Amino acid sequence: MTDAALTEIDLQVMWSRLIAVVEEQAQVLLRTAFSAIVREAGDLSAGVFDLEGRMLAQAITGTPGHVNSMAEAVKHFLARFPVETMKPGDIYITNDPWMGTGHLNDFVLTTPCFHRGRLVALFSCTSHLMDIGGIGFGPDGTDVFMEGLFIPHLKLAEEGRFNETLMAMIRANTRLPVDTEGDVYALAACNDVGCRRLVDMMEEFGLTGLDSLARQICDRSRDAVLAEIARLPKGTWRSAMTVDGYDAPVTLAATTTIRDDGIHVDFEGTGPASHRGINVPLAYTTAYTVFGLACAVAPRIPNNAGSLSVFTVSAPEGCILNARKPAPVASRHVIGQMLPDVVFGCLRQVIPDRVPAEGTSCLWNLNVRGEVAEETGNYGFTMAVTSNGGTGARPMKDGLSATAYPSGVKGTPVEIAESITPLIFWKKELRPDSGGAGRRRGGLGQIIEIESGIGRSFELLAAYDRIDHPPRGRDGGRDGAAGYVGLKSGKRLKGKGFQTIPPGDRLVVMTPGGGGIGDPKERERELVERDLEEELISEEAARGIYGRGE
Amino acid sequence: MSAAPRLAVDIGGTFTDVVLEAGPQRFTTKVLTTPRAPEDAVVAGTRTVLAQAGLGFPDIGVFIHGTTLATNAIIERKGAKTALIATQGFRDVLEIADEGRYDQYDIFIDKPRQLVPRSLRFTVPERIDVHGAVRLPLDEDAVRAVAARLKDAGIESVAVAFIHSYANGAHEARVRAILQEERPGLWVSLSSEVAPEMREYERTSTTVANAYVQPLMAGYLQRLSDAFAAEGSQAPIHLMTSGGSLASLDAARRFPIRLVESGPAGGAILAAHIAAERREPKVLSFDMGGTTAKICLIEDMEPLKGRSFEVDRAARFLKGSGLPVRIPVIEMVEIGAGGGSIARVDALKRITVGPDSAGSEPGPASYGRGGEDPTVTDADLWLGIIDPERFAGGTIRLSMARAESVLDTAIAAPLSLDTDLAARGVAEIVDENMANAARVHAVERGLVLKDHTLIAFGGAAPLHAARLAEKLGIKRILIPPDAGVGSAVGFLRAPAAYELVRSRYMRLDRFDAAVASGLLQDMSREARALATTAAGGAPLSEARAAFMRYRGQGHEIVVELPLRPLQESDAARLRESFEAEYRRLFQRHIPGAVIEALSWTVFVGTQAVPPMPLTAPTRRPRPAPIGHRAVHTARGGRRDTPLYARADFAPGMTVSGPAIIVEEGTSTFVSDAFEAMLDAGGALVLERKADGASPFGA
Repeated sequence: MTDAALTEIDLQVMWSRLIAVVEEQAQVLLRTAFSAIVREAGDLSAGVFDLEGRMLAQAITGTPGHVNSMAEAVKHFLARFPVETMKPGDIYITNDPWMGTGHLNDFVLTTPCFHRGRLVALFSCTSHLMDIGGIGFGPDGTDVFMEGLFIPHLKLAEEGRFNETLMAMIRANTRLPVDTEGDVYALAACNDVGCRRLVDMMEEFGLTGLDSLARQICDRSRDAVLAEIARLPKGTWRSAMTVDGYDAPVTLAATTTIRDDGIHVDFEGTGPASHRGINVPLAYTTAYTVFGLACAVAPRIPNNAGSLSVFTVSAPEGCILNARKPAPVASRHVIGQMLPDVVFGCLRQVIPDRVPAEGTSCLWNLNVRGEVAEETGNYGFTMAVTSNGGTGARPMKDGLSATAYPSGVKGTPVEIAESITPLIFWKKELRPDSGGAGRRRGGLGQIIEIESGIGRSFELLAAYDRIDHPPRGRDGGRDGAAGYVGLKSGKRLKGKGFQTIPPGDRLVVMTPGGGGIGDPKERERELVERDLEEELISEEAARGIYGRGE
Repeated sequence: MSAAPRLAVDIGGTFTDVVLEAGPQRFTTKVLTTPRAPEDAVVAGTRTVLAQAGLGFPDIGVFIHGTTLATNAIIERKGAKTALIATQGFRDVLEIADEGRYDQYDIFIDKPRQLVPRSLRFTVPERIDVHGAVRLPLDEDAVRAVAARLKDAGIESVAVAFIHSYANGAHEARVRAILQEERPGLWVSLSSEVAPEMREYERTSTTVANAYVQPLMAGYLQRLSDAFAAEGSQAPIHLMTSGGSLASLDAARRFPIRLVESGPAGGAILAAHIAAERREPKVLSFDMGGTTAKICLIEDMEPLKGRSFEVDRAARFLKGSGLPVRIPVIEMVEIGAGGGSIARVDALKRITVGPDSAGSEPGPASYGRGGEDPTVTDADLWLGIIDPERFAGGTIRLSMARAESVLDTAIAAPLSLDTDLAARGVAEIVDENMANAARVHAVERGLVLKDHTLIAFGGAAPLHAARLAEKLGIKRILIPPDAGVGSAVGFLRAPAAYELVRSRYMRLDRFDAAVASGLLQDMSREARALATTAAGGAPLSEARAAFMRYRGQGHEIVVELPLRPLQESDAARLRESFEAEYRRLFQRHIPGAVIEALSWTVFVGTQAVPPMPLTAPTRRPRPAPIGHRAVHTARGGRRDTPLYARADFAPGMTVSGPAIIVEEGTSTFVSDAFEAMLDAGGALVLERKADGASPFGA
């Protein structure tokens, strides 16, 4: 088959196959990962790129934050390692937050893929390592150098030989040397599997290169997104949202412009970078902004260089959404995951039926650290127990309780968390009355209580938001319940930063509920009765807010 | 193998299929399922095949049974009124689930509807830790208080699922004892018995599903064995499981969730057997009945297997949108596309088919039993590929006039088409739906379908196989003998087997050969004892394996173990085996990392003897047609098509399409792109003609 002569059916089959190849690449990473946030919660990404660095397909995983950032990462590798220097068996690595996926915990590996001696594609993948040294996975650092080991673009392997010097450096700079080394191997393996499957496909279809396939995938995807945009009203809309920040509120302001040739979001008016680690590199800002746009405008079109090119994002240099090195960025997701809500604030003025009310939006992870009872080869335990609040009410439906959005990272099973840490979870249950009341109710948050199971203290690296600024309801709907962090003995804890839970006491975390839509008194009576019977709302709320018995 | 007659019965949503093998002869029938008392159809069908064979109930040597009753009870939410008792603080394990969204980009998804509402989810103080140690003793008074509330709520069945109960089931067992005192007769399912594996959501969901179907299934199995006993049968009853092996009646009563999808598993076993006889390494099995179509990939003569399954997937059959159950399964996709699937015209003026089915009551409109909606069967009838006189062995007389009337009203009129095109549209849409499901399933495994052989069985599959193959670019189709009752035939090929899994943590660098050997010996003895009953004297084979991983990982790989006592020196050999398997799966291993074994498994089953390969028959002229019919083809217009009786074919006889080959349980439609020949094993082989129409044609 000549490269240019792809028939319609061949194109469709190969495109589907390419998506299957990256899905398998992601599955291998999930199955071989050591990092619990990867193997249990799906915090990873995987994709295949052509030799110009155009992303052709990306696995749908738990991390919208990696959508565009992954797509850009490979271009940076290509700038450092030109294609003509690449050899079979080479592997390249970085964790540069500005040229990868936004913080040092994410390792990005890129592997050139050869077919019959010729370089044909690049496979790239990312996963979240539980510890990379420094101050740890929390927002307390005041610059990126405090946040851990910074790996520039380097060769992890050269023609099949692992760079043992680099591996020794990595092992020496993390609290979890065993897990971190294992995860580097897992990342390398998943790219290898992706490459092997791509070569199989090229053999089967008699392809010598991917140029024609790449062009057609990108063109078609781009046209499909443009066709969706063509149906939208054109114009410019503004919206702003204020969130807690580290020690002062942060305003996120967006101007969204819909034109025939695409949608642009600009964050002029957004507050300045913080001196603590909640700043967001632009690649990560772009990723969550585009994710919000895609959900509302073109949810069925695969991510690739073509479909992503239609959405563009800008933010003033030095604002919290375009922080420059050496700003601290470890907890960049807390602010970055708010961006779909900001985008929806604009879009609800245009397509109100297609966007939800504000939700919890940022992950409410229990980032915990401490001593263990027995020797493991690591230094104590470090764990991010992923957990979530409620999502905002949808125009025709209630919000989802204890559900990740916009992140797709899954919750960590309690039994898994207790097998990795010496903690005991005494409670993990829905939080009644936390869903913002409305004709459509917001999703509920949850109540979590944890204690050390070995009678020691443990550390919380809090990175929570929506404690002072709960998710807002709309069109008469009430706000969701604000989040809360404290000790069982009564003391309230800060929403952000390093804090200690003493032995015998319990950490109590209440995740926020989503905002409601519409007047609660207009809610169908049978739904109010059902919520009451299920104890999702209290008798007082049913009477006082929903007007039960009036 | 015992020579006594073997009976197999598969209850589907629409038909109950019955097969009796007595010596070299096979007798089959197909009767309508009787949903209110499914055993009625089983007994009636059995009586029919026994009469054909000149035998009686006392002659049956063994009875192998599979049923979709459990699946249907869940999908239709018609199970028992069920409650859940969980650890205090964990009332919402089912609802919090994995906190994920099964579709990242769809803001409007609905989460799966749980089988137990929050108002029936109770908690009691107790807590066991990850090592199985009691952190908080069980509050027995609290359990008694819950028991009183269960009574008030009219609960029939209870699931008990405590945190870490897989490591120590004592609290769950104590709850059952208390409930039996307080509420004798209540059904109780314990998560430490149903699915003793880590991860609380999947374990709880599996246990709740077991509890939800248990009263129904236990009651049914009791009535069935009573009915057979009353007819004079003393044959042991074995149940087909979703994993493709046989379980005893007692195991089925305790763990009815393992019977979910047993019919389709039988189909996959049949297809694997057919593939092995013909040495077909790449097979797509296609089982289309009255309610759904099931598609399964069989590579190297083995169906793909898994350890989990989702019941009742919502939107577009997406992964994660159903209720998870942790049981051994044969992997397949199932879509709402069967003979009874209802066709409509939607708001965008598109023809849609399914996923709902007219089932057996009222059934397709042409049955004349009150069905008012057009179905795939009605369309097939109108197109001319179903013989109205011979449908289901002539037990149901189909009405052409009724098919025409409902197709006209529901499809032709709103779209301004004639009846022919309306019927053709219905058939094309259902075929396209099935082709898409097959493509997605293959793609998920990185396989192309063009080089696969399609094995088609089930009442409706041979009617649609040729068109499906055309859409998928498949060039070869096999229609096994007795295709209309394929799953039931497959039951007779299922191994009697028992698989035990035990958790016992061990690091390879601290390998204790005596402990490992002792454990495996005990398991081997227990599995042999359990498999012997169902094996009926056939020789048993054994396989042992360990689930191992690098310390710190969350997922294990399977490493085969030798069938002999292990020695200290085996640690190095196990490390090599692990690394070799790891490299095979993931390309590179991690030098020097610590390896740990989590659980150990012993499988004991009847030897799967590879069937003798078949010899290729010499081509012979076709038999004489038994009639002609004007069939509406996919390429437009009606075409005179000869009818043949499958019984008239001898091996090697070949006909060129278009043709219809009729038999008792189904008809095979040979489109003009194919020719059909009977092979030495009695299967019809459809091969694409060299000059056939484009596989991607309209």
